[in-house]
Amino acid sequence: MASLAHAPSRSKIAVRNLNFYYGKFHALKGINLEIPENKVTAFIGPSGCGKSTLLRTFNRMFELYPEQRAEGEIILDEENLLTSRQDVALIRAKVGMVFQKPTPFPMSIYDNIAFGVKLFERLNATDMDERVEWALRKAALWPEVKDKLHQSGASLSGGQQQRLCIARGIAIKPEVLLLDEPCSALDPISTAKVEELIAELKNDYTVVIVTHNMQQAARCSDYTAYMYLGDLVEFGETEQMFFKPQRKETEDYITGRFG
Amino acid sequence: MTTSERLISAADLAVERQARFAARNRVNRIALAMSLAAMAFGVFWLVWILWETLRLGLGGLSVALFTQMTPPPNDEGGLANAIFGSVVMVALATFVGTPIGIMAGVYLAEYDRRGWLASVTRLVNDILLSAPSIVIGLFVYTVVVARFRSYSGYAGIVALALIVIPVVIRTTENMLLLVPAGLREAAYALGTPKWKVISLVTLRAARAGVITGVLLAVARIAGETAPLLFTALNNQFWNGDLAKPMASLPVTIFKFAMSPYENWQKLAWAGVFLITAAVLVLNILARVLARRN
Repeated sequence: MASLAHAPSRSKIAVRNLNFYYGKFHALKGINLEIPENKVTAFIGPSGCGKSTLLRTFNRMFELYPEQRAEGEIILDEENLLTSRQDVALIRAKVGMVFQKPTPFPMSIYDNIAFGVKLFERLNATDMDERVEWALRKAALWPEVKDKLHQSGASLSGGQQQRLCIARGIAIKPEVLLLDEPCSALDPISTAKVEELIAELKNDYTVVIVTHNMQQAARCSDYTAYMYLGDLVEFGETEQMFFKPQRKETEDYITGRFG
Repeated sequence: MTTSERLISAADLAVERQARFAARNRVNRIALAMSLAAMAFGVFWLVWILWETLRLGLGGLSVALFTQMTPPPNDEGGLANAIFGSVVMVALATFVGTPIGIMAGVYLAEYDRRGWLASVTRLVNDILLSAPSIVIGLFVYTVVVARFRSYSGYAGIVALALIVIPVVIRTTENMLLLVPAGLREAAYALGTPKWKVISLVTLRAARAGVITGVLLAVARIAGETAPLLFTALNNQFWNGDLAKPMASLPVTIFKFAMSPYENWQKLAWAGVFLITAAVLVLNILARVLARRN
């Protein structure tokens, strides 16, 4: 099933023959995939199919856990991330990530945003204020928090916290933004806001989103990858994937006959 | 055919459920009564202790208690030197023990969760945590007092710090383990170096718990007598020199309470009241902090 899927627009990340192991468990089996630049790519598939695992290889998140390892190539800007000699922190500055559950740091709203910026840039107070406002505006959170920037990030609602995490991610100006089921802990109104935001973000970033919600994939992605049991079954333009999938398995999953 | 496979009518089922429910209710009442009795037993002694402390200690409270030195038998005096000694030694022991404890706790929770060195450290720490404090007193006697040929405030501080360290290690580790993995991952995902993840995110998230642990350690050493008996010893006079023997509340209480002199006994009760009140305040403070988290 390891067919090389090609996307017409320029690719930002190229995955070549990627295998991933949790200890002895073979979780990703020879994945080949090209993530197009400045588009939203969705990974769908039943639980345990490896979509989050694949996402977490793009910023080498799996390295936090010694029993996990990846083999193969993930090319970003002509360099294999997996064997790159540059500090993993620099890779993560380029490839940001937002998680399933909102994770505000135990500090003020302002400091949540400034935290990441300070790691890579030395800004004076005015520039930092501007950057924080810019990021919060991008994340469509500014009007709601502009009068309480120095309150704790934990005081916000779940949906606001998630947008705060997105703002924190884009404040350091990454090139790629990875979203791991960013709406699964949110109510429908917050979900709609985050989805609008995703549509906005693709103008500046390459977005990759893992989702369990097929309507969400259909609504906000340009490309969709369907995964099953560690294999990439099909990858293509979202419209084509949903209206005339090439493979029977994809059609069964999308129409709800399976999964 | 087993019982569960037999078909029972709805009415029979209702009767059986009723009977089971009644039996469960009886067991519940018995268990509740026994729990209440156990609680009452504990609270009874605690209230009695507090009442006696209050009754006998409150009478000894005066300004002189804080301004005058421990007196000779049958003379006027206070506990100023003992209070000062206790405050200085407890503060410095906490000051020395807390950073060591926090760093060791961070090592166990963030750097080496499953390694052999962590397992050994945890085992040794558990032993130290439950070691009788008199053993620690004697250890410091041989290592510090015997070597420098003098009882001293420093020796007392070392002994008390050795009690603080395991308590702080244990609470720091436990509190850091409670920090959700997602928070740690989110910090790493921004490209944060490990030491910053720990110092700015996880330790900060666990802050209230760690402070609670430190406060409980302070409460513990404030009342310790045994580790000070062979280390700081005692001093009848005001002493600001840590290289010399130093008075402390617990040791003074020990000496005065055992004496036949009425004024000493009265001062001992006043000292008991002071320590109890201080420990109570620290415990309440720890609880308030823990709740605010």
